[in-house]
Amino acid sequence: MSPEGLSKPEYQVPQEMQNQVALTTLDRLYNWSRKNSVWPMMFGLACCAIEMIAAAASRYDLARFGMEVMRPSPRQSDVMLVSGTVTKKMIPQIVRLYNQMPEPKYVIAMGACASSGGPFKEGYNVVAGVDKFIPVDVYIPGCPPTPQALLHGLMTLQKKIESQSLKEVSWYQKGPGEPIPVPVLGPDLIDMRKAALIREKSQPVTEPEEAAVAVEEAAQNGELPAKEG
Amino acid sequence: MTEATLINPLDTLVDQFPSGWVKKDERPGYSGFIVEREHLLEFARTMRDDFGFDYLSMVTASDYLAEGKFDVVYYAYKTIGGPALIFKVQVPREDAVVPSLVALYPGADFQEREVWDLMGIRFEGHPDLRRILMWEGFEGHPLRKDWKEPFYEEDVKPYKSRWPEGKPVNADDRNPFNDNVQYPTGFDPERWVPEAETLLYSGLQRTTHNEEFKTDELIVNMGPQHPSTHGVFRMVVSLQGEKIVDLKPVMGYLHRNHEKIAERNTFLQNMPFTDRLDYTTSMSNNFAYALAVEKLMGLQVPERADYIRVLMAELTRIMNHFFATGFLLNDLGVYFTASLYAIEERELILDIFEEISGSRMMCNYFRFGGVVRDVSDEVLKKIHNLVYDRIPRKLDQFDAYLTNNEILRTRCEGVGVLTADQAIALSTAGPILRASGVPYDVRRADPYSIYDRLEFDVITGNHGDIYDRYLVRVAEIKESIKIVKQLLRDIPSGPILAGKPAYQVRVPAGESYGRVEGPKGEMGFYIVSNGKPNPERYHVRAPTFINLTSLAPMSRGEKVADVVVILGAIDIVLGEVDR
Amino acid sequence: MKNFGKRFGVMSSLGVTMGHFFNTYIVDLVKGKKRYRTTEGIEARRQSDTEGIFTIQYPEEQLPLPEEFRVLPFLVYDEGENGEKNLRCTACGICSKVCPPQCIWIYRATDPATGKPSPHPAEFHIDIDICMNCGFCAEYCPFDAIKMDHDFELSGYTRGESHVFGLDTLMKPVSYYESIRPANAAREAAARAEKAKPKA
Repeated sequence: MSPEGLSKPEYQVPQEMQNQVALTTLDRLYNWSRKNSVWPMMFGLACCAIEMIAAAASRYDLARFGMEVMRPSPRQSDVMLVSGTVTKKMIPQIVRLYNQMPEPKYVIAMGACASSGGPFKEGYNVVAGVDKFIPVDVYIPGCPPTPQALLHGLMTLQKKIESQSLKEVSWYQKGPGEPIPVPVLGPDLIDMRKAALIREKSQPVTEPEEAAVAVEEAAQNGELPAKEG
Repeated sequence: MTEATLINPLDTLVDQFPSGWVKKDERPGYSGFIVEREHLLEFARTMRDDFGFDYLSMVTASDYLAEGKFDVVYYAYKTIGGPALIFKVQVPREDAVVPSLVALYPGADFQEREVWDLMGIRFEGHPDLRRILMWEGFEGHPLRKDWKEPFYEEDVKPYKSRWPEGKPVNADDRNPFNDNVQYPTGFDPERWVPEAETLLYSGLQRTTHNEEFKTDELIVNMGPQHPSTHGVFRMVVSLQGEKIVDLKPVMGYLHRNHEKIAERNTFLQNMPFTDRLDYTTSMSNNFAYALAVEKLMGLQVPERADYIRVLMAELTRIMNHFFATGFLLNDLGVYFTASLYAIEERELILDIFEEISGSRMMCNYFRFGGVVRDVSDEVLKKIHNLVYDRIPRKLDQFDAYLTNNEILRTRCEGVGVLTADQAIALSTAGPILRASGVPYDVRRADPYSIYDRLEFDVITGNHGDIYDRYLVRVAEIKESIKIVKQLLRDIPSGPILAGKPAYQVRVPAGESYGRVEGPKGEMGFYIVSNGKPNPERYHVRAPTFINLTSLAPMSRGEKVADVVVILGAIDIVLGEVDR
Repeated sequence: MKNFGKRFGVMSSLGVTMGHFFNTYIVDLVKGKKRYRTTEGIEARRQSDTEGIFTIQYPEEQLPLPEEFRVLPFLVYDEGENGEKNLRCTACGICSKVCPPQCIWIYRATDPATGKPSPHPAEFHIDIDICMNCGFCAEYCPFDAIKMDHDFELSGYTRGESHVFGLDTLMKPVSYYESIRPANAAREAAARAEKAKPKA
C-alpha cells in the first residue's frame, strides 16, 4: 500500500517501523479504499462513450485506478458516467438508474452534452444538462473529452471522495434518502417537481375544454386504456 | 420496350407513361420525376418489376412552407449499379397522405415512420405507423418549417444576439419553465396519462400456448440501458421459451435533432455536426456531406485533396471494421480481449487523425472543395508503416485468433441469415448486403471521387449469416489496405483546397444527394438549397438506421442470446440511427 | 502443422492470447527500464512496431499532443513593451458568425470620444459547455487572434457561471501560443510580415 495516500502526516512513525505500521484515521482509511475501487456503470450514451471505452482499453487502462470493473447493473456500481447527450426520451431511464444505485453514488457529466446539452442544446429532444435531474459531482468539459481528460476527471472525483468525512456523508444520516421523481413523457418532458409551475404557466383555459382536448389527443394517438404491464 | 430503354430508361421515362401522371421535375436545380400520388404504387411497381430498380435507398420528405406542400422524395437504384431513379410525390400540407411503399419495398418501413414522426405525413397502408424517434404523445411534428423548438432563437444562424452586442444568455433563462420544454396551452401535468406503449406491445406477433413443453410466452425489454445494445437502443422481444417469436426495435433514445439543427445552420456549420452522426467514422460522414454540397456548388476538388480524402476514408474503414469485429466478439461473450486487440490498432489510426485534424474522433477535416490542411510526409510515412507492416501483421494475428475458432463458428454460422433477395428488399447496405451475396458497393456501382482509378475487389459472402459478415469485414480491411497502398504510391503534390478558404459559401438553389460507401453502408446526404446561406432541407440517409429494418426478420426463430450477436453484426452506432 | 489453425481453432486462439501475455514480459525484459516514464519510451510505444505493453500511464506519463490538437479556444494577446496586453482581436465577429453551436458572444467596444464602434472587444464570452471544439473560429479568424488551446485538464466540481469564460480566462500571451503551436505561429508571423511589406 502506498503510505502517502493513507498515513496521517501529523503522527510520526519511527523510521524503523515505517514499513510495518501506518497510522491513520478512520476517515482516511475509508476514503482511501473507496477511491481506489470506484466501479463505473457500464452505460454509454453517445460519442463520449466511445472515448470511455478507449479509456478502459489498453492505451489508457482504467484498471490502474481500480475502475476497470464496469458493472452493467446499477445495483453494483459506484459512479455513473453520463457519457453523452441526454435526451428527453432517455432521461426517465437515467433517473431510474440513478435511483437504483446504492449509496455512496457519484455522477460524472462527461463532455459538453451531459453538462448542459452541448452543441445539441438547441434541439427539441435534448435535456439541457443532466444536472437538471440528478446531482452531478464532476463536470468534464470537452466535446468529446479525450480519454486523458476523462482520467483527469476521474482523479478529480477521487479528490472529492478523499475530502468526504464519515460524520457528514449523507448515506450515514438517519432515514432513507429520497428518490428523485422520474420525469414523465407528455407532450414534452414533464418534470413532476415542476408540475405546479407548468400548470400555471400553460395559461389554463376552462376546465371541460381541456379534458376534451386530452381525450381527443389520446384518441388520435390510438391510445387504448393501459392494460399491458 | 427496346434494349436501350431497359438499360437507360430515365431519358424516355415520361413517354412510357402516356397518361400524363408522371412528369419531369423541371424546377431549376431539381431532377427526377413527379408522380401523382394516386398512381405512386403503380409507378413504383413498374419501376421495380419492369425496369429493375429493385433497391429503394432513401425515402424522405421536404417541407415547402411557402408553396404549402410537401415533397416526398424517393431514391431508387439498381443493385447492378447505375444512376438513381428519383421520384417525388407532392401533397398539400393540409392533406398530407401518401400511399405507403412498404409492401413493395419493405426497406421503406422505418423511413416512412420517420417521415411520419418528424414531418407528419401519413403513409396509407403502412402496417405499423407509429412514431419512431420521438415518443407517442409528443406534441407536433418537429421538422415542419412552422414548428418551433423551445430554445428557438431565430430561423437561421448566425444569431444576431451574438455580435456586435453579445451578452451571454443562458438559453434556459429565456424559457418560462427554465428548461428546454414547451407545452400546449391549458396543459395540466397531473391529468396527463402517460403513453403505455400499448400499440408497440399489441403489434408484436405472439404464438399460442405450447402444449408440448408448457412454455410460457414472455415479453422481454432489452435496453435502452443494456450492455449489448451498443448504446441506447431498445429491443422488445416476445419469446417462446428461448426462441424469438417477434422483435420490435425501439429507437430515438439518442435523437439529437440533427436535421432540425442543421436546417438552422449554415452549410459550413454542419460539417462538425456530421462528425457526430456516426461518431466512429467521422471522416466518411464529412466526405458524403462535402460531396453533396460540392455537387450543388459545382466545385472541382484538386487532385491531392481527392487522394487525401480517399486515404482518410479508407483508414476510417479499417478502423471501423477492427472496432466492429472486436465488439462482435464482445457480444459473443469473449469479455474484452478481442476488443482490446482491435482498439490498439484503432488508437494508432486515431493518432494519425489527431495529428492531421486536431481531434481523435471529431475530425471536422473536410471542406467544400478540399480538405482543411495538408498531410505532411511524416504522417504519410506513419500511414506507410501501418499499412505495409503493422496492420497486415495484426490482421493475420486476428485471423489466427478468430477465423477458425470453433466456438465462434458455431455461434455465428447459420445464425441471422438474410438471403440476397431479402437483403435487397430490406434496403440493407454495406457489409450486410454484401455478405448476402449482393456485390453492391457505391464505390463501384456509382464511383465518386477517384475510386474509378483504384483497384480493389468488392467482397461478397455466400451465406448471408453472421460469420460471413465477419469474413466480409476482415476481407474489406485487406482491400482497404490495398487501396491505401495505391494512394500512397500515386499521391500527387499540389493544392488541397479549391479556391480560398471561406466561411460563407454560396450554394445555388437546387437539390442534391451525395453518397459514399461508408464503413457501415451507403452514407448519403440529401440537401435542398434555396440559394440562401442555410440549407432548406437537410436529410441524412443513415445506413445503420435502415439496416436495422432487417433486425426483426433476421432474429425471428433464433435464440435470445443470438439476437445480441445479430445486432452486433449489423454494427449500429446510435448517433447515426437516431441522429 | 500447416493446417493446425484450421483443425484446432480454439487452441490456435489460445496461442494468440498466450503470445500476447508472454510478449509483454519479454518486451519489458529486453527494453528495460527506459521503456517507461521517458519521452523516448512513450514515443516508442506509439510507433507502428510497438509490442508488449501499450499503456501510457497518465498522469505520470502523457501522450505528446500534436500541434493541431484542439480543445477550447483562447484569445492571443501581444505583450507590449510596458507589459500591456494588446489583444489581437478586432471584434469583427467572424468567429461568432461561423461558430456552429453559436457559443461565442462578443460585445464590441465603443470609442468614448466619438461614440463610434472601435475595433476591440469590450466583452468576449465563450460558453465552454456548448463549445464543440470544432476549431472553426481559429481557422477563419483573419487576425490570428483566436486559437485553439491544448489544455484538456479542465474538469471541476461546478458549472454555470464558471463555465462561461470571459476575457480574463480567455486571454493568453502570444508566447504561450508559440509554445504550443510553434510551426503554425511561425507560418502566420511570416504571412503577416509578407502582408505588411508592400505598405511599408
